[in-house]
Amino acid sequence: MVGLGILKGLRETARNLIGSFYQKERLTTVQYPEEKIAPKENNRNFPFLVFDKDPEANLRCVSCKICEKECPPQCIYIVQKRNEKGKAVKYPEVFDIDVSVCMSCQICVEVCPFDAIKMDQEFALSREDRFEDLLFDRVRLSKSNEYYHQIHPTEAGEVDGRLKEQRKQAEAKAEAKKQAAEKAAA
Amino acid sequence: MNLTETIRNAAAHPDQVFVILKAGILERVPEGIQPVISIGLSIVGIMAVFPLLFALITLMERKILGRIQNRYGPNRVGPCGLFQPIADGIKMLIKENIVPYAAIKWAHFMAPVLLMFPAFLALSVIPYGRNMTPIELDAGLVFFFALGAFNEIAVFMAGWSSRNKYSLLGAMRAIAQMISYDIPLVLSTIPVIMMAGSLSLPDIVNAQAGYHFDLLPRWFILTPWGIAGSILFLIAAMAESNRCPFDIPEGESEIIAGHLTEYSGFKFAMFFMSEYIALLAASAVGVTLFLGGWHAPFPFLQWVPSYIWFFSKLISLIFLYIWIRGTLPRIRVDHLMNLAWKFLVPLSLLNLGVCVLWHYSRSWTFPGGQGFRWLLCFAIIAIAYEVLGRKLSSSKTMHQRVYRFVE
Repeated sequence: MVGLGILKGLRETARNLIGSFYQKERLTTVQYPEEKIAPKENNRNFPFLVFDKDPEANLRCVSCKICEKECPPQCIYIVQKRNEKGKAVKYPEVFDIDVSVCMSCQICVEVCPFDAIKMDQEFALSREDRFEDLLFDRVRLSKSNEYYHQIHPTEAGEVDGRLKEQRKQAEAKAEAKKQAAEKAAA
Repeated sequence: MNLTETIRNAAAHPDQVFVILKAGILERVPEGIQPVISIGLSIVGIMAVFPLLFALITLMERKILGRIQNRYGPNRVGPCGLFQPIADGIKMLIKENIVPYAAIKWAHFMAPVLLMFPAFLALSVIPYGRNMTPIELDAGLVFFFALGAFNEIAVFMAGWSSRNKYSLLGAMRAIAQMISYDIPLVLSTIPVIMMAGSLSLPDIVNAQAGYHFDLLPRWFILTPWGIAGSILFLIAAMAESNRCPFDIPEGESEIIAGHLTEYSGFKFAMFFMSEYIALLAASAVGVTLFLGGWHAPFPFLQWVPSYIWFFSKLISLIFLYIWIRGTLPRIRVDHLMNLAWKFLVPLSLLNLGVCVLWHYSRSWTFPGGQGFRWLLCFAIIAIAYEVLGRKLSSSKTMHQRVYRFVE
């Protein structure tokens, strides 16, 4: 019979209309500013710098400038720190990322040999000034390893394991060297 | 009558409160200008109630559509999003009014006015309650349909004057659709006119007064030809007012917005508003013709004021329109034409015949005669519906095309 399908459709929509009032799980959207859906673990948008304990002293970045050179849109700007004698120090004096230029390609993360730069999940970045306020400096970019663990637990665990392994190897190497030196001395 | 007496009288008769207040005001003005004041008061009433109703309906529509799609709908402006229509109105008012360079300026300007004017005029003949008809025209129904013809002109003016291919396509679709659906719209009302014996809307309402067995209302929708007529009227009115699923003149997935493409700001708002006012007017006529106008559905509910019954019926009909909009997708142009010419028109013509049978079988007094009469009339319509429906939905078998002269 013509129209039976229409009636079936009307029944379905009526079920939605009434059901969405008392069945919360029917609702597909959340009330955004008040409720937020936690981002997925693999979600990534803009890079940040990882530090271990102290945001100033323990920044992992050694200012090797590989990311600056690799960055396709060239949104990273690094100036290496120099001590009083003018000798280069393994620390960035200036580390700026222009997130209005950044295209979230993650190449900086992939090329970094020190696991110093990682991808963040913070997405609410609207600012009043589109130029100055979106140029993130070193202080703004520095975030703790704990935060990294919080947003990407799996990846951060792997990174920590790798760093530990490297440190162990370096210690073993140093130990071997020391022993060799002692041997030679003896 | 002095003022306190008028107010006390009005308070004592909630059903007639507006009538008594109007009479009270008219008493206090000089006799010469009484007709003008009387018309003015009616206009003020219509212009106050219906734009407000329009605002509420836009909100209601968005809320219900949201819920149908398992969303919340607007809930940010004011409590439960109640001020959303005001925000929309302000937004529309402060938007730039863009007129295309190549447009025919005066026609582009006149089209929304021409659409709005008849939409409001159509509201003047409708009985909103007992003794509450702004203009008691003898041929009120004809007046309503005559005003409905303005729609076509206005929509085509909008489409033509915009000098935009999408506007023109939309306008041509609208013309085809409106003219096709005018016929079942008018034909579906003719049984009512025949049975009520009048073209005057208050008389049609009076013809539906009283109750069967002191319980069931004598509304025309409870007769076989009334069931068929009201469904035909509903479909045709939906198509007349370009409502989904008959919104192919606007068809945003195909032709941007049809005749509304080149309209922005307040002119667009006027189009939008007059579409809704026209829908309200068509629904109000539907309520008057088939749902007993301002009559209460049961005799024990007659203490509720008549205008409340009228407006609650109107709102329920609008809810039905919104519900259908939330359910059905837009139909194709050829299906639209098939539905009008191959289904609605034959069915409404048959309905006329059934109405005649109903009229002449009035005097069947053998036992169960009245029940038999009802079932017989209903069966004729149901069988015709089934047959026509099968013919309509039977798809043609497709054959691969053979190119005889190529090989």
